[in-house]
Amino acid sequence: MNEPVVVRQCVDGPMLVRGADVVLDDQGNEHRVTRPVVAVCTCGKSQRKPWCDATHKVIPR
Amino acid sequence: MQVPHARGPLSAWVRDVLVGVDPGHAPDVPEDALTGNEDAQLALWMTYELHYRGFDDVSPDAEWDLGILALRRQLERRFEEQLRAVTASAEVPLDTDVGEVLLDLAQSADGPSIALRLQRDATVDQMRDYLSQRSIVQLKESDPHSFVLGRLDGAAKVALAELQYDEYGGGRPGRLHAALYAQALRAAGLDPQYGAYIEQASAVTLASVNVMSMFAFNRRLRGASMGHLAIFEATSSLPCRRISRGLERLGFPEDVRAYFDEHVEADAVHEHVVAHDICGCMVAAEPDLRDDVLFGALVCLHMDDLVACDFLQRWDSDLQVAS
Ligand code: FES
Ligand SMILES: [Fe+2]
Ligand SMILES: [Fe+2]
Repeated sequence: MNEPVVVRQCVDGPMLVRGADVVLDDQGNEHRVTRPVVAVCTCGKSQRKPWCDATHKVIPR
Repeated sequence: MQVPHARGPLSAWVRDVLVGVDPGHAPDVPEDALTGNEDAQLALWMTYELHYRGFDDVSPDAEWDLGILALRRQLERRFEEQLRAVTASAEVPLDTDVGEVLLDLAQSADGPSIALRLQRDATVDQMRDYLSQRSIVQLKESDPHSFVLGRLDGAAKVALAELQYDEYGGGRPGRLHAALYAQALRAAGLDPQYGAYIEQASAVTLASVNVMSMFAFNRRLRGASMGHLAIFEATSSLPCRRISRGLERLGFPEDVRAYFDEHVEADAVHEHVVAHDICGCMVAAEPDLRDDVLFGALVCLHMDDLVACDFLQRWDSDLQVAS
């Protein structure tokens, strides 16, 4: 498949990633993608990093 | 599943048709609010259930029985009218982007939180009550929305298919969300069978699943179906985390928490997919659907409040009886 990986930044939220196989976290650990789309935390506060767990909604900005 | 016992004249009439007893004339649909009317909601639920899994010893032809369909039309008309009336004066954030409006609406939900109660101080029995009532919705999780798929086109259809693929396990039968819920029930010592708790289901529990079926089975209401779904997904991730913590506090096994842990992560993705990729694309393709998308969203918020109040009232009156 030659479909490109598409990444979209959500307003005040995570990055939606389509088409990736592996996401590396800030320690360099590999996380396999098992869903058609994943949300990667960009606020730094998720407790399930690298994935967004909606914590960004409750942190004051 | 057995045909449930009647709870009044409407459900008795539907039950009679289903079990092959002469039902006589269909009773009139009451004028007052249907959301809290367990007889009307159970009758409506039975008519919808014929399209999902059906009932033991009931002919599959009952699905298109004209008497049942005629009663359903009346119940739906009244129910929809009432839902439109209660949501008519709600304030909707002004934003041209319908996806952002939906996420803002979900964020602004300020009703009573059942998840907070489950996290902090619900008892084991209350948690079990919660798990068994929600089984009426969760054991057919995502099934209503599959009926909408064939009514969409283009980008919105692709996004709904993508969402459903994840809800339906992403190619792994063990990850089917409804199966994860059944596993949670089993691990909690509850009955995982589809429909096991229908006799205990409250009027509001039934109403909360009936709105999903009503929106999904009427092509006209496809916008409402997807707007409802957007709020459903966008008010799930944080509450599921709270419920998972409540389960941990009460010492429920890991397999009960797995369903909720999965939804912390999955619904943090799904809310964006439904708000922007499904609803946004749907409204871009059919701008007239915007009002119904918002109607569905407001109905979901309204039902969430009713569901929370329903549990809290039941539990707090138990407390009074006990003390
Ligand atoms: S972006 Fe959602 S938790 Fe960080
Ligand atoms: Fe799910
Ligand atoms: Fe979901």
